Amino acid sequence: MADTLIEPAPRATAETEPAPRATTETEPAPRATAETETAPPGQETRQETRQEHRTPTVIADGVDIVYRVTGTGAGRGSATAALNRIVRREKHGKGGVREVHAVKGVSFTAYEGEAIGLIGTNGSGKSTLLRAVAGLLPTENGRIYTHGQPSLLGVNAALMSDLTGERNVMLGGLAMGMSREQIRERYDGIVEFSGINEKGDFITLPMRTYSSGMAARLRFSIAAAKDHDVLLIDEALATGDRKFQKRSEARIRELRATAGTVFLVSHNNKSIRDTCDRVLWLERGELRMDGPTAEVLGEYEKFTGAGK
Amino acid sequence: MSQTLDTPQTPAPVETPEQAPLDAAALAALHGLSVSNARPSLPQYVRQLWARRHFITAFATAKLTAQYSQAKLGQVWQVMTPLLNAAVYYLIFGLLLGTSKDIDDFVPFLVTGVFVFTFTQSSVMAGTRAISGNLGLVRALHFPRASLPISLCLQQLQQLLFSMAALAVILLCFGVPPAWSWFLVVPALALQFAFNTGLALVMARLGSRTPDLAQLMPFVMRTWMYGSGVMFSIKKVLPEQGVPEFAKVLLECNPAAVYIDLVRYALIDSFDAGQLPYDIGAMWALALGWAVVLCVGGFIYFWKAEETYGRG
Repeated sequence: MADTLIEPAPRATAETEPAPRATTETEPAPRATAETETAPPGQETRQETRQEHRTPTVIADGVDIVYRVTGTGAGRGSATAALNRIVRREKHGKGGVREVHAVKGVSFTAYEGEAIGLIGTNGSGKSTLLRAVAGLLPTENGRIYTHGQPSLLGVNAALMSDLTGERNVMLGGLAMGMSREQIRERYDGIVEFSGINEKGDFITLPMRTYSSGMAARLRFSIAAAKDHDVLLIDEALATGDRKFQKRSEARIRELRATAGTVFLVSHNNKSIRDTCDRVLWLERGELRMDGPTAEVLGEYEKFTGAGK
Repeated sequence: MSQTLDTPQTPAPVETPEQAPLDAAALAALHGLSVSNARPSLPQYVRQLWARRHFITAFATAKLTAQYSQAKLGQVWQVMTPLLNAAVYYLIFGLLLGTSKDIDDFVPFLVTGVFVFTFTQSSVMAGTRAISGNLGLVRALHFPRASLPISLCLQQLQQLLFSMAALAVILLCFGVPPAWSWFLVVPALALQFAFNTGLALVMARLGSRTPDLAQLMPFVMRTWMYGSGVMFSIKKVLPEQGVPEFAKVLLECNPAAVYIDLVRYALIDSFDAGQLPYDIGAMWALALGWAVVLCVGGFIYFWKAEETYGRG
């Protein structure tokens, strides 16, 4: 479990570090102190008691994710270089493949009804972590346990661009395991929520004709139509206009109310503040901080030098 | 740090590692959580797939109707594409090279071959790109991935129905008498569909790992087509060319040739038992064998890598 995040003094009784891990994963000193300082003790105990009665929906246990990237050698793209790589690989085993350690030893437990924001500078591993939670990326070490099947909603999750919005709603619903009747029932709701038809009859046009904002809205509406146990949103709201963002934030709260867990990756601190009650801060693939929104965001803003 | 991230606290303070608070696996088990990205068992996978049958059919139909949506003539291309294909081969092999001279009813012979082979060819090509071409869908939504290659093969089957209607007209135009044996086309194509689906599943897995296959496959498929007697009779041509016996057997037993021969045998009056490399029972056994082996083997092969699709 979350060894790297365990605090020293006040809670040591309850959270004895599992023996075998203790040697390998020691807390970097400056981080630990900084974090202890920020934790108001009163709030801490309140949270703990609350968690005892809650059901976990996602458990990440020391998750490591490593990408293997081919074609990083010099002069990539040229035919001779490609041939060279093939020849070299045969000789040396794994030349030309580079390993990128994108997520390092991340552990956390998410509970029912929580909305968790993921923050961190670009390339810190947020999207990678979400994709692993969704079961779309294999973990190198450690495991992720989930309740039901998490659904990931990303910016580049184009559905079928040559089909009409209407068909996409139908197919998206069927792919998520809804029945035809359920989709028919919710169809109007989905279209209305997406706001695609606000400026004319666009739902009957192929999705390739949509603007990126419209497509993102429709995708979110389709995915949000189902009651997910765990919904992972990867900057999908960023493209929508303010009105749509408001609507989606309301829908996220609804999903939480029906005992779902929502993860939200966003660079918009305001949107995190409005929707999430807990925030995970990833930096260089490591979980740097985990706590109530205001607190973590405060630290993060200090770190990035953004406005206070 | 402000809150505990791991387990709900056990009431008593714990000192020994043996009594440590529930570790992740135990906690997960306690609340019925399952490992994300775990591959379902084979029976489970079949059940999941069955539950998505409406998605599979709807996806196939949607793809079919969207296929020519950017073309001005639209759905007319469903029939035009196979006809033009056949016309090209007729021009080259029938008129220029004169392959037709020792084959009765050359046009029906050729068109049947082209249509039946195209069925396998396009299924394989679609299968190769089934995962890599639908990554957006794969990464956005959860469903058994085998839905995609199966659905794309179903789309090819629907497309084949257009071709078969066109074929019936061509046969009648070239004076092939309609017969009850025409209905034998149905089981032959059903077996071919099973074979195609299995092969598409295999190609989908390979293609998801190595997208380069999409570049390579057209050449493989063209070689296969020329080797399957689409525009000539293997039985008549190969011995004249001094091709060794084992190569001849290999070509005659290859699944594409088997399905083509069965359909020709069913449809074309002049294509009698004498034209088949083996007797008709053996041909059906071959057709069934190929279908079962590929369908079952391909499905298992695809399922083995279920959790890895959509990576990268």
